[in-house]
Amino acid sequence: MHPIIQFHHASFSYGNQPALEDISLSITPGDYVGVIGPNGGGKTTFIKLMLGLLRPTRGEVDLWGEPIRQFREWHRIGYVPQRVGNNDFRLPITVQEVVGFGRAGNKPNGGATNNKAAVAAALQQIGIAPLARKRLGELSGGQQQKVFIAKALAAQPEVLVLDEPTVGVDVRAQDEFYQLVAELNKKQGLTIIMVSHDIDVVVNEVSKLACINKALVYHGHPKEFMQEEYLTKLYGKTRKFILHGH
Amino acid sequence: MDIFHYSFMVRALAAGLAIGVVAPMIGTFLVAKRYSLIADSLAHVSLAGVAMGLLLGINPLLGALGVVAGAAFLIEKLRASRRLTAEVALAMFLSSGLAVAVVLVGLARQVNVDLLSYLFGSITTVGVSDLWIIGTLSVLILITVGLGYRQLAYTSFDEEQARVSGLRTSLLNQTLMLLAAVMVVLALRVVGGLLIGALTVMPVAAAAQVARSLRQTMWIAVGIGCVAVLTGLVVSFYANLAAGGTIVLVALACFLGMLGLGRVLRSNAG
Repeated sequence: MHPIIQFHHASFSYGNQPALEDISLSITPGDYVGVIGPNGGGKTTFIKLMLGLLRPTRGEVDLWGEPIRQFREWHRIGYVPQRVGNNDFRLPITVQEVVGFGRAGNKPNGGATNNKAAVAAALQQIGIAPLARKRLGELSGGQQQKVFIAKALAAQPEVLVLDEPTVGVDVRAQDEFYQLVAELNKKQGLTIIMVSHDIDVVVNEVSKLACINKALVYHGHPKEFMQEEYLTKLYGKTRKFILHGH
Repeated sequence: MDIFHYSFMVRALAAGLAIGVVAPMIGTFLVAKRYSLIADSLAHVSLAGVAMGLLLGINPLLGALGVVAGAAFLIEKLRASRRLTAEVALAMFLSSGLAVAVVLVGLARQVNVDLLSYLFGSITTVGVSDLWIIGTLSVLILITVGLGYRQLAYTSFDEEQARVSGLRTSLLNQTLMLLAAVMVVLALRVVGGLLIGALTVMPVAAAAQVARSLRQTMWIAVGIGCVAVLTGLVVSFYANLAAGGTIVLVALACFLGMLGLGRVLRSNAG
């Protein structure tokens, strides 16, 4: 299977500060990739390189075989950013309007006639159609998270990138969230890339793990990861991990 | 009504309505981006352009347009480069613009009616050719907002997400700044440089108290802008008050009214 996302010895520095060094990996269609690592280890930089928000200072990033600087089909990648607390948009805005933004980017089929249908389908898919006319600020953290997932899905992407999706979301909503993402991956074949701090959950949910601490410490099946060597490389010797069932 | 017998008042009403529509329309995006002070900053910079025009003997509005468009471009570049926060960039341009205007006007020895009319507006001196310019540019602004509403709204809501989805956010930001620059220059004659900020922001703030969506916010803000202009002009005509100031005071009254109405609606819903 042809890889969708490829990093070829990609590095990035903020000025003189190296943030990522010599990252090489491939993500293939249908992968469910968990991206873990310590704070300041480069996970967010890794995601930003993947989304074209940053350009690598060395090496290459390819999307669907095309160098990222030439890539234009951004509707193929849905992005759910990290939400820190409640959305603080200054003006009233409804769930429907936010999900509708998912149709504002470039789309394969011109899209204007498809827009309403795609928005309705995304709301239905995530189970938030009854909330369509509610204001974003009136929703809980978990509901807002669903709105942003629906927005990403409205463009009918092939890949979904989620950055720390369970921040500010209560435990029950987190369970719902992981079930939803697993369904999107298994039933709809969406490729999922998820940055997360919840190591124990991620290790049980994903099909591949990418562990980043400035370099790619590990990339492969999560079961093999849970050995002392990798955890130490990622988080340092002084950490102890207590993993509980989820 | 007597007011409609006077052609200068009919022109004033037409010019005022055009600004009453476009100012809150653009103001919606500016408030969303937390650029509430940008109209004030651009207006102060426009006064420098007006002073330059007066000094050089060219049409002051053309001078204003050139200077404001340039400042709008620079402010956006500075903000995007993250060397300055938006607030600092706006504050610097606001004070520098006025300082340049005052110095230039001192050089021209015309500290007087000419600059004052651009500070506070002189809507009753709007001529037929002025009306054509105001009308044409207002229609262009309306068309741009109409065609680019979703992209402008998305960029205002969350620029990073908009960029990831493929939108050319720097072009959209520059477009919005250019629309704001044109709007400010058009408004110089209507409410004046010192008051255009109020007409851009107050109707939006008022609408946000009662609106249920972003689109509704914009429509209600435009409605309030038109009500403020029409009522303000009529009241100023009959009560012999300064037109620009009266318009803004009516906008303030609308805001206070919406604030109260919003509280009532929320307590009924709760």
